[in-house]
Amino acid sequence: MTALLDIRNLTVEFDTPGGTVQAVNGLSYRVEEGETLGIVGESGSGKSVHILALLGLLPTPPARIVSGEAWFNGQNLMTLSDRALREIRGGQIGMVFQDPMSSLNPVLTVGRQLREVLQRHTGLRGHALKARMVELLDIVGIPHPEARLSQYPHEFSGGMRQRVLIAIGMACNPRLLIADEATTALDVTVQAQILDLVRKLKADFGTTVIWVTHDMGVVAELADTVQVMYGGRIMERGPVRAVFHDPRSAYTWGLLKSLPTEGARTQKRLYQIPGSPPNMANMPAGDPFAPRNPFATERCHTEVPPLRNVDGSQDHQFAAWYDLPALLAREAADAEASS
Amino acid sequence: MIGFFLRRLGESMLAIWGVVTIVFFVTRVLGDPAALLLPIGASAADIEALRDQLGLNQPLMVQYFHFVTSALQGDFGTSFQHGRDAMDVVLERLPATATLALTAIALGLVIGAVAGSVAALKRGSAVELLVMAVALLGQATPVFWLGIMLILCFAVNLGWLPTGGYGTIWHLILPAVTLAVFVSASIARLLRSSMLDILQEDYIRTAKAKGLLRSTVFFWHVARNALIPVVTMTAILTGELLGGSVVTETVFAWPGIGRLIIQAIEAKDFPIIQAGITLIAAIFVLINFLVDLLYGVLDPRIRKAR
Repeated sequence: MTALLDIRNLTVEFDTPGGTVQAVNGLSYRVEEGETLGIVGESGSGKSVHILALLGLLPTPPARIVSGEAWFNGQNLMTLSDRALREIRGGQIGMVFQDPMSSLNPVLTVGRQLREVLQRHTGLRGHALKARMVELLDIVGIPHPEARLSQYPHEFSGGMRQRVLIAIGMACNPRLLIADEATTALDVTVQAQILDLVRKLKADFGTTVIWVTHDMGVVAELADTVQVMYGGRIMERGPVRAVFHDPRSAYTWGLLKSLPTEGARTQKRLYQIPGSPPNMANMPAGDPFAPRNPFATERCHTEVPPLRNVDGSQDHQFAAWYDLPALLAREAADAEASS
Repeated sequence: MIGFFLRRLGESMLAIWGVVTIVFFVTRVLGDPAALLLPIGASAADIEALRDQLGLNQPLMVQYFHFVTSALQGDFGTSFQHGRDAMDVVLERLPATATLALTAIALGLVIGAVAGSVAALKRGSAVELLVMAVALLGQATPVFWLGIMLILCFAVNLGWLPTGGYGTIWHLILPAVTLAVFVSASIARLLRSSMLDILQEDYIRTAKAKGLLRSTVFFWHVARNALIPVVTMTAILTGELLGGSVVTETVFAWPGIGRLIIQAIEAKDFPIIQAGITLIAAIFVLINFLVDLLYGVLDPRIRKAR
């Protein structure tokens, strides 16, 4: 497998009245061709910001891309001209944004909003263009696609609008499809339908997908690889199975513990990660998660842990100074002894 | 849609009736036109005879009833000063006012749209600062002062253009520019803030993520949405200017409706005041109606709601 996207040492800052905010801190990762990467984190983890930075969609100022490379298909997106980047956006990289209510232009028909991306990146014209538009709405499961093309976004439900956005993202058969919280605003049934749809698209077209979300459950359903981000850094990354069964970062562990488990009808409250996301203008010196981490050691507060491999694993990486499995085992033993 | 038209027609008639009624009673408070119309030194009996002739001695409600029933038939009475049908006198002035108003609006719209767009797109630059400073100045400068300054500069000192009057395109330039300064400044400021709002919208990010050309994003996504409030502002300004820009018409001796009504108020020429205000109210109502129709074209959500 070869890397379709290779991000190296990406750092993004924001200039705000309260000081300089470090939104993304030396982020590096690769996405292989055909892989589905789930990026998880809460607001302020840098997950959305780095995606926008890749595509040249961050308003600069206030944002500033301090350093970094992003190799896509042999080109460094960070040094491409605006013109060259526009050729890639919507064509080779499709983007699906969150919030279907506001991501479509209210005064243009859905057909027009779908047509413009096709006209821009493909040679389709006339009947072939129209046929492709109908086909796309059909693929994403919108009934009566032909009639729907001449309607406006307000005539669609939230789930249907999200499907339209996916159709726009997929329109030109992109090699990479990036979805940012694409199902967050939807109810669970619709979310499940959309996830089915994405799986089908992957199976049919072999599209590489980056799925940005704060929902571990969605990642478990969709992704091959999961990457947990916090404070603009990667906390843990690896195959979904490995990370879910053997989390090494206390943050990952907290996220997993706060998931409702299927069938468990306990009266117990779901686990809550203590504290709130860090003040980005005044990041803690060491591990960004240390102030909220019950397992934090002295070193966590002073020194940033590097991303390293789990012993004996090629692809499961984490950034922590503590040994989470050992700590959890000791906690379990203590609990048993005291009961 | 027919229901919509009928409802709007009813509302329009009601609005015009309200305006006309208020104007009728306010003019009666102005004073006695008979004393003004006769030469100084006229006897009390002469004045009384004229009052009788003009129908001013009848009870107020009788006068009002008579006025409304005649007005409904298109008769606004005979001008005290001109001795002719009042509405005819007013309508004769409409072309002059309309020429000035529409020229000023067209000029102001073009300049304002360009300036406002540039300011929004070059946000944070010296260009934006300059455009906004000039626009603020343009909006804050009193029209009469600007008019006089333009006359001083281009008519008196340079002698390029006439100081005032009506007839040729040269007469039109200074008053039109005077009004266009205010119009373009208002439109530039509104369009800029409207565009800055739209530029923040998620759908603009979607449009950029599609890799669309800058011009496509600007015209189809930004401008198309930012225009909606500008249409309202333009309509209000057009309505105001079509009602006669009193100050500008006076400064440039432009024979428009505004100046006519001011003269009629000074002379207490009730029929002219009433005919003039009725016409202005009707123009306002008509423009409002046209804007509502235009909204439907610009914003499909409104079209649906009808």
